[in-house]
Amino acid sequence: MSKAIDAAAHGGTLKTENSDAAWHDRKKWAWMLGLTVPTIPFGTWVLHELTNSPLAWWYGPIVIFFVFPVVDTLAGLDGANPPDSLLEALEEQKYYRYITYLFLPIQYISLVWACWMWAYGDLSTFESVGLAWTVAMVSGIAIAVAHELGHKKPKLERWLAKIALAETFYGHFFIEHNRGHHVRVSTPEDPASARMGENVFRFIPRTVWGSLASAWHLESARFERMGKSKWSLKNDLINAWLMSVVLYGGLTAIFGVEILPYLLLQGVVGFCMLEVVNYIEHYGLLRQKKEDGRYERCLPSHSWNSNNQWSNVFLYHLQRHSDHHANPTRRYQALLHVDEAPQLPSGYATMMALAMIPPVWNRIMDKRILQHYEGDVTKANILPGKRAKVMKKYGPGTAAAEAAIAAGKYTKPWGKERQTVEAAA
Amino acid sequence: MSRYRCPVCDYIYDEEQGDPREGFPAGTSFEAVPDDWNCPDCGVRDKVDFVKDED
Repeated sequence: MSKAIDAAAHGGTLKTENSDAAWHDRKKWAWMLGLTVPTIPFGTWVLHELTNSPLAWWYGPIVIFFVFPVVDTLAGLDGANPPDSLLEALEEQKYYRYITYLFLPIQYISLVWACWMWAYGDLSTFESVGLAWTVAMVSGIAIAVAHELGHKKPKLERWLAKIALAETFYGHFFIEHNRGHHVRVSTPEDPASARMGENVFRFIPRTVWGSLASAWHLESARFERMGKSKWSLKNDLINAWLMSVVLYGGLTAIFGVEILPYLLLQGVVGFCMLEVVNYIEHYGLLRQKKEDGRYERCLPSHSWNSNNQWSNVFLYHLQRHSDHHANPTRRYQALLHVDEAPQLPSGYATMMALAMIPPVWNRIMDKRILQHYEGDVTKANILPGKRAKVMKKYGPGTAAAEAAIAAGKYTKPWGKERQTVEAAA
Repeated sequence: MSRYRCPVCDYIYDEEQGDPREGFPAGTSFEAVPDDWNCPDCGVRDKVDFVKDED
Protein backbone atom coordinates (compact mmCIF):
# COMPACT_ATOMS: atom_id res chain seq x y z
CA MET A 1 0.00 0.00 0.00
CA SER A 2 1.29 3.43 -0.87
CA LYS A 3 2.15 5.68 2.01
CA ALA A 4 -0.33 8.46 2.46
CA ILE A 5 0.33 12.11 2.88
CA ASP A 6 -1.75 13.89 5.44
CA ALA A 7 -3.01 16.98 3.70
CA ALA A 8 -5.29 18.15 6.49
CA ALA A 9 -4.49 21.77 5.76
CA HIS A 10 -6.34 21.48 2.49
CA GLY A 11 -9.80 21.04 3.92
CA GLY A 12 -9.94 17.28 4.16
CA THR A 13 -8.30 16.31 0.89
CA LEU A 14 -6.27 13.14 1.05
CA LYS A 15 -3.67 12.06 -1.46
CA THR A 16 -1.36 9.13 -1.84
CA GLU A 17 2.29 9.37 -2.69
CA ASN A 18 2.47 6.72 -5.38
CA SER A 19 -0.74 7.34 -7.21
CA ASP A 20 -2.64 10.36 -8.35
CA ALA A 21 -5.74 9.33 -6.41
CA ALA A 22 -7.20 12.09 -4.29
CA TRP A 23 -10.37 12.20 -2.30
CA HIS A 24 -12.12 14.99 -0.52
CA ASP A 25 -13.86 14.17 2.76
CA ARG A 26 -16.85 16.44 2.58
CA LYS A 27 -17.95 15.37 6.05
CA LYS A 28 -14.62 16.33 7.62
CA TRP A 29 -15.73 19.49 9.40
CA ALA A 30 -19.30 18.28 9.85
CA TRP A 31 -18.06 15.72 12.38
CA MET A 32 -17.60 18.60 14.79
CA LEU A 33 -21.39 19.01 14.89
CA GLY A 34 -21.48 16.04 17.25
CA LEU A 35 -19.88 18.26 19.88
CA THR A 36 -23.02 20.37 20.01
CA VAL A 37 -24.87 17.41 21.58
CA PRO A 38 -23.30 17.71 25.05
CA THR A 39 -24.11 21.44 25.00
CA ILE A 40 -27.85 20.74 24.64
CA PRO A 41 -28.48 21.18 28.41
CA PHE A 42 -27.12 24.73 28.18
CA GLY A 43 -29.50 25.27 25.28
CA THR A 44 -32.41 24.53 27.61
CA TRP A 45 -31.24 27.31 29.87
CA VAL A 46 -30.93 29.80 27.02
CA LEU A 47 -34.37 28.80 25.78
CA HIS A 48 -35.80 29.22 29.25
CA GLU A 49 -34.23 32.69 29.59
CA LEU A 50 -35.79 33.67 26.26
CA THR A 51 -39.24 32.18 26.70
CA ASN A 52 -39.65 31.76 30.46
CA SER A 53 -41.62 28.59 29.65
CA PRO A 54 -41.34 25.50 31.90
CA LEU A 55 -41.40 23.40 28.71
CA ALA A 56 -38.01 24.86 27.78
CA TRP A 57 -36.33 22.37 30.14
CA TRP A 58 -37.66 19.57 27.91
CA TYR A 59 -35.70 20.98 24.98
CA GLY A 60 -33.45 17.86 24.72
CA PRO A 61 -36.09 15.19 24.00
CA ILE A 62 -38.10 17.66 21.90
CA VAL A 63 -35.09 18.31 19.69
CA ILE A 64 -34.03 14.66 19.45
CA PHE A 65 -37.45 13.07 18.90
CA PHE A 66 -39.28 15.79 16.95
CA VAL A 67 -36.83 18.23 15.34
CA PHE A 68 -34.06 15.76 14.41
CA PRO A 69 -36.29 13.40 12.39
CA VAL A 70 -37.44 16.37 10.25
CA VAL A 71 -33.94 17.77 9.76
CA ASP A 72 -32.58 14.27 9.12
CA THR A 73 -35.14 13.73 6.38
CA LEU A 74 -34.51 17.14 4.79
CA ALA A 75 -30.73 16.74 4.93
CA GLY A 76 -30.92 13.72 2.63
CA LEU A 77 -28.57 10.86 1.92
CA ASP A 78 -24.86 10.48 1.52
CA GLY A 79 -23.52 7.15 0.37
CA ALA A 80 -20.07 8.34 -0.66
CA ASN A 81 -17.17 6.08 0.23
CA PRO A 82 -13.50 6.97 0.40
CA PRO A 83 -11.38 4.92 -2.00
CA ASP A 84 -9.91 1.75 -0.48
CA SER A 85 -6.37 2.98 -1.03
CA LEU A 86 -6.96 5.92 1.31
CA LEU A 87 -8.79 4.17 4.15
CA GLU A 88 -5.68 3.63 6.21
CA ALA A 89 -4.56 7.24 5.81
CA LEU A 90 -8.01 8.46 6.74
CA GLU A 91 -8.01 6.33 9.88
CA GLU A 92 -4.61 7.64 10.87
CA GLN A 93 -5.67 11.27 10.85
CA LYS A 94 -5.76 12.20 14.52
CA TYR A 95 -8.26 15.04 14.01
CA TYR A 96 -11.16 12.58 13.83
CA ARG A 97 -10.41 10.83 17.09
CA TYR A 98 -9.76 14.09 18.97
CA ILE A 99 -13.34 15.13 18.25
CA THR A 100 -14.60 12.04 20.06
CA TYR A 101 -12.26 12.68 23.01
CA LEU A 102 -13.51 16.26 23.28
CA PHE A 103 -17.09 15.06 23.75
CA LEU A 104 -16.26 13.82 27.26
CA PRO A 105 -15.27 17.03 29.06
CA ILE A 106 -18.32 18.83 27.64
CA GLN A 107 -20.51 15.86 28.63
CA TYR A 108 -19.37 16.08 32.25
CA ILE A 109 -19.39 19.88 32.50
CA SER A 110 -23.02 19.84 31.37
CA LEU A 111 -23.82 17.08 33.90
CA VAL A 112 -22.31 19.05 36.78
CA TRP A 113 -24.14 22.15 35.61
CA ALA A 114 -27.42 20.20 35.54
CA CYS A 115 -26.76 18.98 39.11
CA TRP A 116 -26.26 22.57 40.15
CA MET A 117 -29.56 23.51 38.52
CA TRP A 118 -31.40 20.64 40.24
CA ALA A 119 -29.96 21.72 43.60
CA TYR A 120 -30.05 25.52 43.39
CA GLY A 121 -31.88 26.44 40.17
CA ASP A 122 -35.27 26.85 41.82
CA LEU A 123 -36.86 24.47 39.31
CA SER A 124 -40.26 22.86 39.75
CA THR A 125 -40.45 19.05 39.68
CA PHE A 126 -41.80 19.23 36.12
CA GLU A 127 -38.83 21.36 35.07
CA SER A 128 -36.29 19.16 36.89
CA VAL A 129 -37.68 16.03 35.24
CA GLY A 130 -37.49 17.81 31.88
CA LEU A 131 -33.86 18.72 32.53
CA ALA A 132 -33.15 15.07 33.49
CA TRP A 133 -34.60 13.95 30.14
CA THR A 134 -32.50 16.57 28.39
CA VAL A 135 -29.33 15.39 30.16
CA ALA A 136 -30.28 11.82 29.20
CA MET A 137 -30.09 12.75 25.50
CA VAL A 138 -26.43 13.60 26.16
CA SER A 139 -25.63 10.54 28.26
CA GLY A 140 -27.42 8.33 25.74
CA ILE A 141 -25.48 9.69 22.78
CA ALA A 142 -22.34 9.49 24.95
CA ILE A 143 -22.81 5.71 24.71
CA ALA A 144 -22.39 6.05 20.92
CA VAL A 145 -19.12 7.91 21.57
CA ALA A 146 -18.07 5.24 24.07
CA HIS A 147 -18.97 2.62 21.48
CA GLU A 148 -16.61 4.24 18.98
CA LEU A 149 -13.81 4.49 21.55
CA GLY A 150 -14.33 1.09 23.17
CA HIS A 151 -13.74 -0.73 19.88
CA LYS A 152 -10.29 0.74 19.41
CA LYS A 153 -7.02 -0.91 20.33
CA PRO A 154 -5.19 1.89 22.19
CA LYS A 155 -5.64 1.59 25.96
CA LEU A 156 -6.33 5.30 26.32
CA GLU A 157 -9.43 5.03 24.14
CA ARG A 158 -10.76 2.04 26.05
CA TRP A 159 -10.41 4.02 29.27
CA LEU A 160 -12.16 7.01 27.76
CA ALA A 161 -14.98 4.67 26.72
CA LYS A 162 -15.44 3.58 30.34
CA ILE A 163 -15.45 7.21 31.50
CA ALA A 164 -18.11 8.13 28.94
CA LEU A 165 -20.23 5.18 30.16
CA ALA A 166 -19.95 6.10 33.86
CA GLU A 167 -22.82 8.58 33.60
CA THR A 168 -25.30 5.86 32.59
CA PHE A 169 -23.87 3.12 34.88
CA TYR A 170 -23.29 1.19 31.66
CA GLY A 171 -19.59 0.32 32.01
CA HIS A 172 -20.39 -3.32 31.27
CA PHE A 173 -21.51 -2.30 27.76
CA PHE A 174 -17.99 -2.14 26.43
CA ILE A 175 -17.30 -5.75 27.51
CA GLU A 176 -20.60 -7.23 26.45
CA HIS A 177 -20.81 -5.31 23.20
CA ASN A 178 -17.32 -6.22 21.97
CA ARG A 179 -17.06 -9.78 23.19
CA GLY A 180 -20.73 -10.79 23.38
CA HIS A 181 -22.90 -8.86 20.93
CA HIS A 182 -20.39 -8.87 18.08
CA VAL A 183 -19.88 -12.62 18.45
CA ARG A 184 -23.56 -13.59 18.58
CA VAL A 185 -25.14 -10.75 16.62
CA SER A 186 -28.38 -11.56 14.76
CA THR A 187 -28.83 -14.91 16.49
CA PRO A 188 -31.49 -15.84 19.05
CA GLU A 189 -28.66 -16.12 21.62
CA ASP A 190 -27.89 -12.39 21.49
CA PRO A 191 -29.86 -10.34 24.00
CA ALA A 192 -29.11 -7.16 22.01
CA SER A 193 -30.55 -8.39 18.67
CA ALA A 194 -34.29 -7.70 18.46
CA ARG A 195 -36.67 -10.35 17.15
CA MET A 196 -39.48 -9.91 14.68
CA GLY A 197 -42.71 -9.43 16.61
CA GLU A 198 -40.87 -8.20 19.71
CA ASN A 199 -41.87 -4.65 20.55
CA VAL A 200 -39.31 -2.22 21.94
CA PHE A 201 -40.83 -2.23 25.45
CA ARG A 202 -40.48 -5.97 25.65
CA PHE A 203 -37.01 -5.85 24.10
CA ILE A 204 -35.54 -3.32 26.55
CA PRO A 205 -35.82 -5.43 29.74
CA ARG A 206 -34.55 -8.50 27.88
CA THR A 207 -31.50 -6.73 26.49
CA VAL A 208 -30.72 -4.78 29.70
CA TRP A 209 -30.68 -7.87 31.94
CA GLY A 210 -29.39 -10.26 29.30
CA SER A 211 -26.45 -8.02 28.41
CA LEU A 212 -25.59 -7.44 32.06
CA ALA A 213 -25.62 -11.17 32.80
CA SER A 214 -23.59 -11.92 29.70
CA ALA A 215 -20.97 -9.28 30.56
CA TRP A 216 -20.59 -10.77 34.03
CA HIS A 217 -20.26 -14.25 32.56
CA LEU A 218 -17.63 -13.14 30.02
CA GLU A 219 -15.52 -11.30 32.56
CA SER A 220 -15.81 -14.17 35.07
CA ALA A 221 -14.65 -16.61 32.40
CA ARG A 222 -11.61 -14.43 31.72
CA PHE A 223 -10.64 -14.47 35.40
CA GLU A 224 -11.24 -18.21 35.57
CA ARG A 225 -8.78 -18.71 32.69
CA MET A 226 -6.27 -16.57 34.56
CA GLY A 227 -6.85 -18.65 37.68
CA LYS A 228 -7.57 -15.52 39.71
CA SER A 229 -10.51 -14.29 41.74
CA LYS A 230 -12.96 -12.18 39.77
CA TRP A 231 -13.53 -10.03 42.86
CA SER A 232 -10.73 -7.70 41.89
CA LEU A 233 -10.30 -4.09 40.86
CA LYS A 234 -8.79 -5.46 37.67
CA ASN A 235 -12.23 -6.85 36.80
CA ASP A 236 -13.33 -4.41 34.09
CA LEU A 237 -16.93 -4.54 35.27
CA ILE A 238 -16.06 -3.81 38.87
CA ASN A 239 -13.73 -0.92 38.08
CA ALA A 240 -16.17 0.54 35.55
CA TRP A 241 -19.11 0.36 37.96
CA LEU A 242 -16.95 1.77 40.73
CA MET A 243 -16.35 4.78 38.51
CA SER A 244 -20.12 5.32 38.40
CA VAL A 245 -20.43 4.88 42.17
CA VAL A 246 -17.75 7.53 42.70
CA LEU A 247 -19.41 9.86 40.18
CA TYR A 248 -22.92 9.50 41.60
CA GLY A 249 -21.63 9.54 45.20
CA GLY A 250 -19.47 12.59 44.60
CA LEU A 251 -22.22 14.59 42.90
CA THR A 252 -24.70 13.65 45.64
CA ALA A 253 -22.21 14.64 48.34
CA ILE A 254 -21.62 18.02 46.69
CA PHE A 255 -25.16 18.93 45.63
CA GLY A 256 -27.28 17.03 48.14
CA VAL A 257 -29.37 13.91 48.08
CA GLU A 258 -32.30 15.69 46.38
CA ILE A 259 -30.50 15.49 43.03
CA LEU A 260 -30.20 11.69 43.20
CA PRO A 261 -33.63 10.86 41.69
CA TYR A 262 -32.85 13.09 38.67
CA LEU A 263 -29.37 11.65 38.33
CA LEU A 264 -30.82 8.13 38.29
CA LEU A 265 -33.58 9.14 35.88
CA GLN A 266 -31.14 10.56 33.35
CA GLY A 267 -29.05 7.37 33.65
CA VAL A 268 -31.99 5.05 32.99
CA VAL A 269 -33.38 7.15 30.13
CA GLY A 270 -29.84 7.45 28.71
CA PHE A 271 -29.21 3.72 28.51
CA CYS A 272 -32.74 3.11 27.22
CA MET A 273 -31.88 5.43 24.31
CA LEU A 274 -28.99 3.14 23.47
CA GLU A 275 -31.20 0.07 23.72
CA VAL A 276 -33.71 1.60 21.32
CA VAL A 277 -30.85 1.98 18.85
CA ASN A 278 -29.89 -1.66 19.46
CA TYR A 279 -33.51 -2.57 18.77
CA ILE A 280 -33.34 -0.96 15.33
CA GLU A 281 -29.94 -2.25 14.25
CA HIS A 282 -30.69 -5.96 13.78
CA TYR A 283 -34.48 -6.16 14.05
CA GLY A 284 -35.66 -9.54 12.76
CA LEU A 285 -32.41 -10.34 10.95
CA LEU A 286 -30.99 -13.83 11.40
CA ARG A 287 -27.74 -15.61 10.63
CA GLN A 288 -28.54 -19.10 9.32
CA LYS A 289 -26.97 -22.17 10.88
CA LYS A 290 -24.48 -24.10 8.78
CA GLU A 291 -24.27 -27.89 8.59
CA ASP A 292 -21.47 -28.00 11.19
CA GLY A 293 -23.77 -26.30 13.70
CA ARG A 294 -21.95 -22.96 13.62
CA TYR A 295 -23.78 -19.85 12.54
CA GLU A 296 -22.80 -18.40 9.20
CA ARG A 297 -20.48 -15.40 9.58
CA CYS A 298 -21.98 -12.02 10.16
CA LEU A 299 -22.60 -10.62 6.67
CA PRO A 300 -23.71 -7.20 5.43
CA SER A 301 -27.23 -8.67 5.21
CA HIS A 302 -27.38 -8.99 9.02
CA SER A 303 -27.55 -5.29 9.94
CA TRP A 304 -29.92 -2.49 8.99
CA ASN A 305 -28.13 0.49 7.47
CA SER A 306 -28.92 4.08 6.68
CA ASN A 307 -27.15 6.73 4.65
CA ASN A 308 -29.09 9.62 6.17
CA GLN A 309 -26.21 12.00 6.55
CA TRP A 310 -27.50 14.15 9.39
CA SER A 311 -27.95 11.20 11.79
CA ASN A 312 -24.73 9.63 10.50
CA VAL A 313 -22.76 12.71 11.47
CA PHE A 314 -24.29 12.84 14.96
CA LEU A 315 -23.81 9.12 15.54
CA TYR A 316 -20.32 8.74 14.05
CA HIS A 317 -21.42 6.60 11.08
CA LEU A 318 -23.04 4.07 13.40
CA GLN A 319 -25.67 3.58 10.70
CA ARG A 320 -23.07 2.14 8.35
CA HIS A 321 -23.62 -0.78 10.60
CA SER A 322 -22.82 -3.66 8.27
CA ASP A 323 -19.29 -2.41 7.73
CA HIS A 324 -18.96 -1.85 11.46
CA HIS A 325 -19.80 -5.52 12.09
CA ALA A 326 -17.43 -6.63 9.34
CA ASN A 327 -14.61 -4.44 10.68
CA PRO A 328 -15.36 -3.60 14.30
CA THR A 329 -12.06 -1.85 14.98
CA ARG A 330 -12.36 0.44 11.93
CA ARG A 331 -12.56 4.14 12.86
CA TYR A 332 -15.85 5.90 12.22
CA GLN A 333 -14.63 8.26 9.48
CA ALA A 334 -13.58 5.24 7.38
CA LEU A 335 -16.78 3.17 7.68
CA LEU A 336 -18.26 2.36 4.30
CA HIS A 337 -21.66 2.19 2.71
CA VAL A 338 -22.20 -1.42 1.59
CA ASP A 339 -24.46 -2.08 -1.38
CA GLU A 340 -25.71 -5.48 -0.16
CA ALA A 341 -26.84 -4.14 3.22
CA PRO A 342 -30.57 -3.83 3.88
CA GLN A 343 -31.51 -0.16 4.15
CA LEU A 344 -33.82 1.38 6.72
CA PRO A 345 -36.50 3.63 5.29
CA SER A 346 -35.05 6.51 7.29
CA GLY A 347 -32.24 7.44 9.69
CA TYR A 348 -32.06 6.37 13.33
CA ALA A 349 -33.48 9.72 14.43
CA THR A 350 -36.79 8.91 12.75
CA MET A 351 -36.64 5.17 13.37
CA MET A 352 -36.16 5.69 17.12
CA ALA A 353 -39.28 7.80 17.30
CA LEU A 354 -41.19 5.19 15.25
CA ALA A 355 -39.94 2.30 17.40
CA MET A 356 -41.74 3.89 20.36
CA ILE A 357 -45.06 3.29 18.57
CA PRO A 358 -45.04 -0.51 17.98
CA PRO A 359 -48.00 -0.73 15.56
CA VAL A 360 -46.38 1.87 13.30
CA TRP A 361 -42.99 0.18 13.61
CA ASN A 362 -44.46 -3.22 12.64
CA ARG A 363 -46.32 -1.73 9.72
CA ILE A 364 -43.14 -0.24 8.34
CA MET A 365 -40.55 -2.87 9.23
CA ASP A 366 -42.29 -6.25 8.96
CA LYS A 367 -42.75 -5.96 5.22
CA ARG A 368 -39.12 -4.83 4.85
CA ILE A 369 -38.02 -8.03 6.59
CA LEU A 370 -40.26 -10.02 4.31
CA GLN A 371 -38.79 -8.29 1.24
CA HIS A 372 -35.28 -8.77 2.56
CA TYR A 373 -35.87 -12.53 2.81
CA GLU A 374 -37.62 -12.56 -0.57
CA GLY A 375 -40.94 -13.59 0.89
CA ASP A 376 -39.53 -16.36 3.14
CA VAL A 377 -40.25 -15.22 6.68
CA THR A 378 -38.89 -18.49 8.11
CA LYS A 379 -35.41 -17.03 7.57
CA ALA A 380 -36.09 -14.20 10.04
CA ASN A 381 -35.28 -14.03 13.76
CA ILE A 382 -38.80 -14.37 15.17
CA LEU A 383 -39.93 -13.99 18.77
CA PRO A 384 -40.81 -17.61 19.74
CA GLY A 385 -44.11 -16.62 21.39
CA LYS A 386 -45.20 -14.78 18.27
CA ARG A 387 -44.10 -17.37 15.72
CA ALA A 388 -47.58 -18.79 15.07
CA LYS A 389 -49.02 -15.33 14.63
CA VAL A 390 -46.19 -14.20 12.34
CA MET A 391 -46.48 -17.35 10.22
CA LYS A 392 -50.22 -16.88 9.85
CA LYS A 393 -49.76 -13.32 8.66
CA TYR A 394 -46.53 -13.57 6.65
CA GLY A 395 -45.81 -17.28 6.13
CA PRO A 396 -45.27 -18.90 2.72
CA GLY A 397 -48.29 -18.57 0.45
CA THR A 398 -49.84 -15.63 2.27
CA ALA A 399 -50.75 -12.47 0.40
CA ALA A 400 -48.03 -10.58 2.28
CA ALA A 401 -45.37 -13.09 1.20
CA GLU A 402 -46.51 -12.92 -2.43
CA ALA A 403 -46.46 -9.13 -2.34
CA ALA A 404 -42.92 -9.18 -0.93
CA ILE A 405 -41.75 -11.49 -3.71
CA ALA A 406 -43.33 -9.20 -6.28
CA ALA A 407 -41.80 -6.09 -4.73
CA GLY A 408 -38.27 -7.52 -4.62
CA LYS A 409 -35.54 -6.52 -2.20
CA TYR A 410 -35.96 -3.13 -0.67
CA THR A 411 -33.05 -0.91 -1.43
CA LYS A 412 -32.65 2.78 -1.17
CA PRO A 413 -30.55 4.88 -3.52
CA TRP A 414 -27.34 6.46 -2.35
CA GLY A 415 -28.57 9.98 -2.76
CA LYS A 416 -27.42 12.52 -5.30
CA GLU A 417 -24.14 13.03 -3.56
CA ARG A 418 -22.45 9.82 -4.60
CA GLN A 419 -18.99 10.81 -5.66
CA THR A 420 -16.64 9.25 -8.09
CA VAL A 421 -14.39 7.52 -5.67
CA GLU A 422 -11.11 7.57 -7.48
CA ALA A 423 -11.10 11.01 -9.04
CA ALA A 424 -7.87 12.05 -10.66
CA ALA A 425 -6.08 14.83 -8.82
CA MET B 1 7.00 -20.75 18.92
CA SER B 2 4.55 -19.41 16.33
CA ARG B 3 2.37 -16.39 15.80
CA TYR B 4 -1.29 -16.49 14.77
CA ARG B 5 -3.09 -13.57 13.20
CA CYS B 6 -6.73 -12.55 13.27
CA PRO B 7 -7.69 -12.17 9.61
CA VAL B 8 -10.04 -9.25 10.33
CA CYS B 9 -8.18 -6.91 12.66
CA ASP B 10 -4.57 -8.16 12.60
CA TYR B 11 -4.50 -8.97 16.32
CA ILE B 12 -1.58 -11.36 16.81
CA TYR B 13 -1.44 -14.24 19.25
CA ASP B 14 2.25 -14.77 19.86
CA GLU B 15 2.91 -18.04 21.69
CA GLU B 16 6.10 -16.60 23.14
CA GLN B 17 4.23 -13.75 24.83
CA GLY B 18 0.84 -15.41 25.26
CA ASP B 19 -1.90 -13.00 26.28
CA PRO B 20 -1.88 -12.79 30.08
CA ARG B 21 -4.90 -10.47 30.13
CA GLU B 22 -6.92 -13.16 28.39
CA GLY B 23 -5.62 -15.81 30.78
CA PHE B 24 -2.87 -17.27 28.59
CA PRO B 25 0.56 -16.79 30.22
CA ALA B 26 3.70 -16.36 28.12
CA GLY B 27 4.60 -19.63 26.44
CA THR B 28 0.98 -20.89 26.15
CA SER B 29 0.75 -22.80 22.87
CA PHE B 30 -2.05 -21.79 20.52
CA GLU B 31 -3.29 -25.36 20.76
CA ALA B 32 -3.92 -24.88 24.48
CA VAL B 33 -6.19 -21.90 23.81
CA PRO B 34 -9.85 -23.02 24.06
CA ASP B 35 -11.65 -23.47 20.73
CA ASP B 36 -14.50 -21.14 21.64
CA TRP B 37 -12.11 -18.28 22.37
CA ASN B 38 -12.53 -15.38 19.96
CA CYS B 39 -10.36 -12.46 18.94
CA PRO B 40 -10.08 -10.12 21.94
CA ASP B 41 -9.84 -7.01 19.74
CA CYS B 42 -12.62 -7.41 17.17
CA GLY B 43 -14.66 -10.35 18.49
CA VAL B 44 -15.75 -11.44 15.01
CA ARG B 45 -13.30 -14.27 14.35
CA ASP B 46 -12.84 -17.39 16.45
CA LYS B 47 -9.63 -19.24 17.23
CA VAL B 48 -10.23 -21.63 14.32
CA ASP B 49 -10.24 -18.72 11.88
CA PHE B 50 -6.79 -17.47 12.91
CA VAL B 51 -4.03 -17.71 10.34
CA LYS B 52 -0.50 -18.84 11.17
CA ASP B 53 2.06 -16.10 10.49
CA GLU B 54 4.73 -17.52 8.21
CA ASP B 55 7.53 -15.02 8.80
